Amino acid sequence: MSTLLATAVGVLYATAIYLILRRSIVKLVIGLVLLSNAANLLIFTSSGLTRYAPPLIPEGASVVVDGIVADPLAQALILTAIVIGFGVLAFAVVLIHRAYEVVKADDMDQMKDTDT
Amino acid sequence: MNSAVALQTTLPILIPLVAGALSLVVWRSRQLQRGISVLGTGALLLASIWLLLSVYDNGIQVMYAGNWPAPFGIVLVADLLSSIMVLLTGITGLATAIYSLATISKKHEHYGYYPLMHLLLAGVNGAFLTGDIFNLYVWFEVMLVASFALLILGGERAQMEGAIKYVTLNLVSSAIFLSAIGLLYGLTGTLNMADLAVKLAEHQNNPMVQVVAMLFLMAFGIKAGAFPLFFWLPASYHTPRVAVSSLFAGLLTKVGVYALFRVFTLIFPLGDSLIRDLLLAMAGATMLVGVLGAAAQFEFRRILSFHIISQIGYMLMGLALYTPLAIIGGVFYIIHHIIVKSNLFLISGLVYRLQGSYDLKQLGGLWRSHPMIAVLFLIPALSLAGLPPLSGFFGKFIVIKAGVEAQHWWLVGIALLVGLLTLYSMIKIWAEVFWKAMPEGATAPAQQRGGTGLMVLTIAALAALTVLIGVAAEPVYKLAEYTAAQLLDSQSYIQSVMGVR
Repeated sequence: MSTLLATAVGVLYATAIYLILRRSIVKLVIGLVLLSNAANLLIFTSSGLTRYAPPLIPEGASVVVDGIVADPLAQALILTAIVIGFGVLAFAVVLIHRAYEVVKADDMDQMKDTDT
Repeated sequence: MNSAVALQTTLPILIPLVAGALSLVVWRSRQLQRGISVLGTGALLLASIWLLLSVYDNGIQVMYAGNWPAPFGIVLVADLLSSIMVLLTGITGLATAIYSLATISKKHEHYGYYPLMHLLLAGVNGAFLTGDIFNLYVWFEVMLVASFALLILGGERAQMEGAIKYVTLNLVSSAIFLSAIGLLYGLTGTLNMADLAVKLAEHQNNPMVQVVAMLFLMAFGIKAGAFPLFFWLPASYHTPRVAVSSLFAGLLTKVGVYALFRVFTLIFPLGDSLIRDLLLAMAGATMLVGVLGAAAQFEFRRILSFHIISQIGYMLMGLALYTPLAIIGGVFYIIHHIIVKSNLFLISGLVYRLQGSYDLKQLGGLWRSHPMIAVLFLIPALSLAGLPPLSGFFGKFIVIKAGVEAQHWWLVGIALLVGLLTLYSMIKIWAEVFWKAMPEGATAPAQQRGGTGLMVLTIAALAALTVLIGVAAEPVYKLAEYTAAQLLDSQSYIQSVMGVR
């Protein structure tokens, strides 16, 4: 299972970087969406996958639990990252919309005024 | 945990957050927002002085959020480096707030300039104070979102073009940072920086640790504007309002530098690693490329933007040499740089107010009409270039002396050459803007002249601070010395956070 997820993470990163390198600013934003999802999935995978092991410690048990217990912290991290990513991407979408209105082109190569 | 410590460490974050929220409440009243911005940043400055004094007297201060013991909850840790950075944030914040009163137009105030400024300060201070690596990511994002909005406030074409590059590269950096945190958590099962330092010491030979360290170097390198990752900076820093440029120039890249200092002294101590060689090469290239970029420019703020990059190189050099003296130099350089660089941007805004342009070819004759402003420009400009007895001289001197002691001759050579080229660049601005006669056909600004009193006041205060750091270099050096000792002694940090075992 983790091999499958690791492959998926790799493909997501590759696609995201490819899209970010495109000239179109719409594809650029799609690339950013994929990039943040790739990072989230990476946290999920690297913190260990557990099946049928809810993150619950039985009442009265000591801190150390026998056997495998799912780690809830990784999921909390991902949840935080998703929320932040969503807010930032909402901003990015509005930004490219405004940029398209002002520059009148969906093309990074038309946006060189500030580089010279 | 006593309540004074809790108050000290949280106030620098709480004050700007509350000030930002209050400015949102009084959204319709510009006057109240202006008052809150000055009071809020003033209170922030006082709180940061209180924090620094307390950390100086009592050592590292730790606040356990919700009273959770160390590795489980989020901690705020104020050591000397953090509290110095918070103090510098307070100074820059207050200067910018006062300067904004005179320069930010009604339109921009209506777009919510002041709440965003407070939010930015809260994010910056949060990043400086947190002792939890994921929390650091969250504060980075708080800071970034506020900076995105400040960058495009006004919505001009150049701002949009600059913002797309700024936003993209910073989001890529955040994604790399987040991936690194994910891998690190998978490796160690902890996020507390002190605990990470302990756990990673057991993973010395794991190649994965190197990979994660590289990812951190990439992520913070983008934020700091290090070679070859700096291209977002000169594309965007000259587009927003001057007060915003000044705030960004003083603080944002330095958050990246701070994160590099923190991560590569505490979590991955540099030692004799591959990363250290890489960082040395990056420092040299950053200095050189930044200053050469500046030499080719003829726009006031673009020259200054490129100089931010070259100055970052000196700070990285201090970190990469990794001797006690070099770290002292790096810390000293940060203290000097934040004040000088913010001030130079503020002066570019004052020149724009007087003559209506940022283009050096359109400017001239200010020495004759405003000699005092010309002198006020020379102080930070010569300090940036490193002329004694100004603050920049001591920063450069310490870093270069550390380089000589470590016998990194080529790096020392670059640092000296870059100092010379910086002087050339500053003299270029001086000659074009102040010395030469007003060019024919240049028009006086169409906009209303307005008062420049507050602008001159802010600039003069920051220039005085630059002179003060230069004249009274010894106490500042002592402070930097304690800071460096604290940074290199990661055991004291770990013990303060985790408690004595």
